[in-house]
Amino acid sequence: MNVLEVKGLTKSFGGLVANSNIDMSVEKNSITAVIGPNGAGKTTFFNMITGVYKPTSGDILLGGEPIGGLKPHAVAKRGISRTFQNIRLFNEVTVLENVMVGMHNHLRGSLIGTLLQLPKSKREEEKAMKEAYRLLEYVGLSEFLNEKASNLSYGAQRRLEIARALATRPSILLLDEPAAGMNPKETKLLTDLIKDMCEKYDLTIILIEHDMKLVMEISKHIIVLDHGEKIAEGGPEDIRSNPKVIEAYLGKGAVSLG
Amino acid sequence: MMAKFIKTIQTSKVAQIILFFVYVLVTTTALSTSQKSVISFLLLLLSLLILYYMNLGNKLKWIIALLILGVILPLSASQGDSYQAYMEVATMVGIYVCMALGLNIVVGLAGLLDLGFVAFFAVGAYTYGIFASAQANNFMPFGSYPLSGKSFWIFIIIGLFVAALFGVLLGIPVLRVKGDYLAIVTLGFGEIIRIVFNNLDKPVNITNGAMGLASIRQPEIFGITLSQPNQFYYVVLLMFIIVIYAVTRMEHTKLGRSWKAVRENEIAAQAMGIPLVKTKLTAFAIGASFSGMMGVVFAAKQMFIDPTSFTYLESTTILVMVILGGMGSVPGVILGAAVVTILNLQVLTELTGWLSQVTTIPDALSPAKMQRLIFGALLIIMTLYRPQGLIPAKNKQFNAKKLKESTAEKQ
Repeated sequence: MNVLEVKGLTKSFGGLVANSNIDMSVEKNSITAVIGPNGAGKTTFFNMITGVYKPTSGDILLGGEPIGGLKPHAVAKRGISRTFQNIRLFNEVTVLENVMVGMHNHLRGSLIGTLLQLPKSKREEEKAMKEAYRLLEYVGLSEFLNEKASNLSYGAQRRLEIARALATRPSILLLDEPAAGMNPKETKLLTDLIKDMCEKYDLTIILIEHDMKLVMEISKHIIVLDHGEKIAEGGPEDIRSNPKVIEAYLGKGAVSLG
Repeated sequence: MMAKFIKTIQTSKVAQIILFFVYVLVTTTALSTSQKSVISFLLLLLSLLILYYMNLGNKLKWIIALLILGVILPLSASQGDSYQAYMEVATMVGIYVCMALGLNIVVGLAGLLDLGFVAFFAVGAYTYGIFASAQANNFMPFGSYPLSGKSFWIFIIIGLFVAALFGVLLGIPVLRVKGDYLAIVTLGFGEIIRIVFNNLDKPVNITNGAMGLASIRQPEIFGITLSQPNQFYYVVLLMFIIVIYAVTRMEHTKLGRSWKAVRENEIAAQAMGIPLVKTKLTAFAIGASFSGMMGVVFAAKQMFIDPTSFTYLESTTILVMVILGGMGSVPGVILGAAVVTILNLQVLTELTGWLSQVTTIPDALSPAKMQRLIFGALLIIMTLYRPQGLIPAKNKQFNAKKLKESTAEKQ
């Protein structure tokens, strides 16, 4: 069953066409990778799915319902969450509260209840705290709960972004270069984490990544973008041997040489 | 010997309490016995800051603080001639503290620089002023005005909602812009409100223009008319308790977290499902509502308001309080507001009085006239050496052990 369907998605900024006519269908509970050289339009593609950009044309269907052009918070409410290529944490806020922000849509937090300290509001807050802590334990950051997010190491910040995204209880999780800047050991841990959370939280994952080892290991389906166009798609094996892909990455003539 | 003594104080709660008690006793006695005792009045207020840094439970601290503010301070000040003068200063401190706490939500928590905050104060003041003076007779087709002083209590609530409404009205067009642009637009809004109030005497006389509103009714409760600063002091103290309660509750819940998230990173906040416009509007509305409430109190206390009470300088002053104290920090903002107000109303005027006794200085050089210079210098010094403010904002610390146990149980 396809949980996410993208049809003819196009985005142009003035005369520059960043994404042109991209189709994609994503199966439930699968891991899909979007790869391509720098500037291929991968992040633009993500930004359209999550509502940061409004598509110029084309449709995005989540479980059959169109979500193209919705505001980011409305998209998040429908169960699509994401992490960012350049980490975007709430830096001056503690690690635990960063995760608690992710629960925004699952808390009532009524003003009256908050002001009057109703037991219901207190209980809700308590529950949110515990759930956030459990997510921190899951990504291995529970010991830093009271640290400011900006004090965490780079790899830890990436994991915190994942925990925060999980807190929104998404059905689809978009990871924008989750392994960027990580050393091989951290990448290995991350690979295991992605695989595990896909099962544990019943997620569909779409990721942008340059680390081909990671991509080939975990993705079931790969989409290759170049100059804003989809040039290939298929399983890891097909992509590895696809001449168009090799050309995009290594330049013309690379295929005949190899 | 000295080092050991300091160590004892740092560790022992009892030693702290005894010392604190002695301090309060000494300042109280000084305040109640000496005639001109500004210094002991200030030192007694300082005891609250000392209390903040003491190693005691939060509840106990609040009880002691309220005891000092509600009983000890008014009682000991009442012995001297300048009783009402002290209470006047304390009342103004309270008004500004509440307003600064409101602005702190907008600037400190939600990160929206607002340079026209006094507009909401003006809205609150005029809301009460128009209906509690004969002014409303000019345009209201029904009812007879001024309304009685009893209406003051309802007008606190009305002022709150009207200011919140103005906050939303301002917010809807303004929140499309960010950062510096937002600051400029809010500055403009602040001026627009003042100028509108200044000119709204034609064609229908609503605000009485530059003449201002005079003989505004004083509040009345149980048949008593509140006219003296010491009576208003308790009104303000009550509002202060309400405001601080609301602020501290809101800060660490869904609403407060979403403000901070918007401040830290708008794009990420949206991706977490936080509606940007709605969250910013709530910050504007709630911040404005505090200001509107205090506006009602201000109008009732002064009995006279005109547009010159709500100039741009007032907005800056409130902003200085927030920045000086520490953006986003509730104790910091309270301290900042107290320091600036006392500096303004008491220290500078006292200094001027003292200087003119000792020497003859030209009027233009008197400290009271150098308010802006002093605030400017203060702001520069703060941004250079302590940008986080006098008492920097602290994050809530969660109990790691308790959380760990709770998750261990579940598994």
